[in-house]
Amino acid sequence: MSTRVFVTGLGTISSIGNNVEESYQSLVNSKKGIASMTRLESKHKRNRPIAEVNLTNEELANFANVKTLEGCSRTSLLGIVAAREAAVDAGISNELNSERIGLISATTVGGMGETELHYRDFIDENGQGTHLDYINSHDCGESTQRIADELGMKGYQNTINTACSSSANAILLGSRLIKHGILDKVIVGGTDALCKFTVNGFNTLMILSDKDTTPFSAHRKGLNLGEGAGFVVIESEESAKGKKIYSEVTGYANGCEAFHQTASSPEGDGAFQVMTEALAVAGLQPTDIDYINAHGTATEINDLSEGRAIQRVFGDNVPKVSSTKSYTGHTLGASGGIEAVYSNLAIDRKTIFPNLSFEEQMPELGFKPQIEVVQDVEVANVLSNAFGFGGNNSAVIFSKV
Amino acid sequence: MAELEEELKSQIIESLNLEDVEIGDIETDAPLFGAGLGLDSIDALELIVMLEKFHGIKIDDPSQGKDIFESIKTMAKFIRAHKA
Amino acid sequence: MKVFINGIGNISPQETWDNSKFLEEVISSDDNRLLCVEPVYKEYISPIKLRRMSKIIKRGIASALIALKDANVENPGAIITGTGWGCWADTEKFLLAMIDQGEEQLAPTAFMQSTHNTVSGQIAITIKCHNYNSTYVHRGVSFERSLQDGMMLCVEGNTNVLVGGFDECTDNFFAMLGRVGSWKKNPISSLELFNDNQQGTIGGEASIAFIIDSNKGENSYASIDAMTTFYKPESNYAVTQKVLSFLKSNGLSVSDIDVIVTGNNGDSLSDEVYNLVLQEFPEAAHTGFKHLCGQFDTSTAFGTWLAAKMLKTQSIPSVVKLNDVNKAPSKVLVVNHQNKENYSLQILSKC
Repeated sequence: MSTRVFVTGLGTISSIGNNVEESYQSLVNSKKGIASMTRLESKHKRNRPIAEVNLTNEELANFANVKTLEGCSRTSLLGIVAAREAAVDAGISNELNSERIGLISATTVGGMGETELHYRDFIDENGQGTHLDYINSHDCGESTQRIADELGMKGYQNTINTACSSSANAILLGSRLIKHGILDKVIVGGTDALCKFTVNGFNTLMILSDKDTTPFSAHRKGLNLGEGAGFVVIESEESAKGKKIYSEVTGYANGCEAFHQTASSPEGDGAFQVMTEALAVAGLQPTDIDYINAHGTATEINDLSEGRAIQRVFGDNVPKVSSTKSYTGHTLGASGGIEAVYSNLAIDRKTIFPNLSFEEQMPELGFKPQIEVVQDVEVANVLSNAFGFGGNNSAVIFSKV
Repeated sequence: MAELEEELKSQIIESLNLEDVEIGDIETDAPLFGAGLGLDSIDALELIVMLEKFHGIKIDDPSQGKDIFESIKTMAKFIRAHKA
Repeated sequence: MKVFINGIGNISPQETWDNSKFLEEVISSDDNRLLCVEPVYKEYISPIKLRRMSKIIKRGIASALIALKDANVENPGAIITGTGWGCWADTEKFLLAMIDQGEEQLAPTAFMQSTHNTVSGQIAITIKCHNYNSTYVHRGVSFERSLQDGMMLCVEGNTNVLVGGFDECTDNFFAMLGRVGSWKKNPISSLELFNDNQQGTIGGEASIAFIIDSNKGENSYASIDAMTTFYKPESNYAVTQKVLSFLKSNGLSVSDIDVIVTGNNGDSLSDEVYNLVLQEFPEAAHTGFKHLCGQFDTSTAFGTWLAAKMLKTQSIPSVVKLNDVNKAPSKVLVVNHQNKENYSLQILSKC
């Protein structure tokens, strides 16, 4: 059980770009994707800003070169776009049918965006129509299978749903599968489309902001939801030989805070546990970390919990911290994957992305987030945090090679 | 005057699915959270919905809930004040 | 990656929550659906917590506690659940309220509990376990993915890992899957599942937890020596070849398998491939299990339970027999698929 794990390909689509390059340009130009709802027909249209991908399902299907559109959820479409981009970037498009290549996707909503439009018809024996196709594409695993089929993948497939830490856990599992020698290459990440279910769900928890999200600000009012997909290709040392390498996955950790179903502990015990463990796995000291891509959902509880945990780990030497959810909104199951892409861009393009919309420093914290773009800076080690409902916490460290 | 208090107790039992609790088990003055009934933050959110559903009062700021939901007594007081 | 099953908690449509029993009495249904026999949950979970829990959450926690007690373990090294459709009762409760109430006055509990990893999270909260925690939601191999990750964790040095499969069949869920032709058109007795020629199968549900470890425990049921999955094989013949090569790669031949457990579910198209596989094992005892638990994404967990119990008790309950061969189980092969897309194979041994 050895071998190092390298990132060789990136792919993403979100409200700030339809691919990696567009996303990078938005990031360095502080261009956020948060705006008013246009696609979702929700009662909350007017007072809940949201971060939509600016393509209809038909446009996404064309863009993604999707072969079979029947019963294809938006979640799947987004995933196909990003996974394909990552595969092309890693130069593995022609070998995807190998048994040694896997796909681990994460999603929290699956086909809910379509189910919520038709559920009464689904359960009513008199309901009719082709939308019944969407019954078979509701479950989370279906989107992964759909991505695999579109990409021609025949090997290991898996789907993770641990809420907001899902795609970080996909990276973790993929890395372990490579280290166990079960796979040589894995496309890992996640995808989630916006839907009324999650808009209303987070609204009932009273953590959906009525203005643009302000992570790590004293008077933050919660998150904006977003949609998108983010995948990275990871490979074993042997498999990655001669390829462009974005980073090495040097550290990772997952644990359960077991404090509360939706809230994290005020002292950030769960976050502290996984950040510390990820550093230990990577063999790094806190001072080695140049940038933290925080979970930073701008809820009262998360930013306090995460902020305190960061202080406990880094003491007086807190590195630059930003939440790119200030750009993309909270993309739920896709967030760990999208943020993994951004973390790798930080290393590759020597850039640290800012925490947009910051207002006032939190009185409980001794640090504030990075509020300006920093370019031409050596970024050797990036810590990416992802914390989900059920107290599920994950941290991944990417290191320059 | 106690009618609203009795109503609230019944609504709480229903909204929070307190299967083994009777109206007579809930003291009007007793704390609802922590001690007493032992409700938690999730219940606080449920009570906000309950307030809107049964009494037409909408609370936008969850932190207001702490004072309003201290006891049945404070809830009734808030509702009466709001309706006046 | 060999592991031992050192504890089991199985809440299913049979009286399986009681580990001292083994299908002495069989429960059947006549409406194409098998629903769980529920233990008394107050014995496992405090009333104040029980009040907001849907059935799958109660079952998930209780089956985990039963398994942990069975294995004499307090704190598992990890908690990994597999589920195909997650907490459906809570999902549809919130969904229907949202649809019917026009997004007004929605209550948060159902939304919070609709996330697929609620069972994993609630088990951890109940026993205060801060270790690795994950939930796999990959259709008909969701349980297998949980098991496989558990086996990997054991290789990595973790002990007493909790793995399992959890799914529930609500009225609406059953109706919805019926719309896409999943079930038998006319109601049958579940015990007649393998004799019925109609297309379709019967619905079911269960919450099944296993405690696995690299070392044998005092109460071990069996070892899981190997497992594998494969996706959309080219033909039924290709499936039989996969089975044979799986045995071979584990140093086994057909004659080494005493008992084979297959996921026959009464649907002719689905069962065609199982029957082809069974033909490769004429000397083995053939057994099935979906007439006892129904068809659902994590139903393989019930098959694994059956294999483990047969190995521990050294008996094959008459109700599971598909042929007349009787053998003292020493090596059991479990074969399952979902929609002929996702397949899994497991080898379990007496220990």
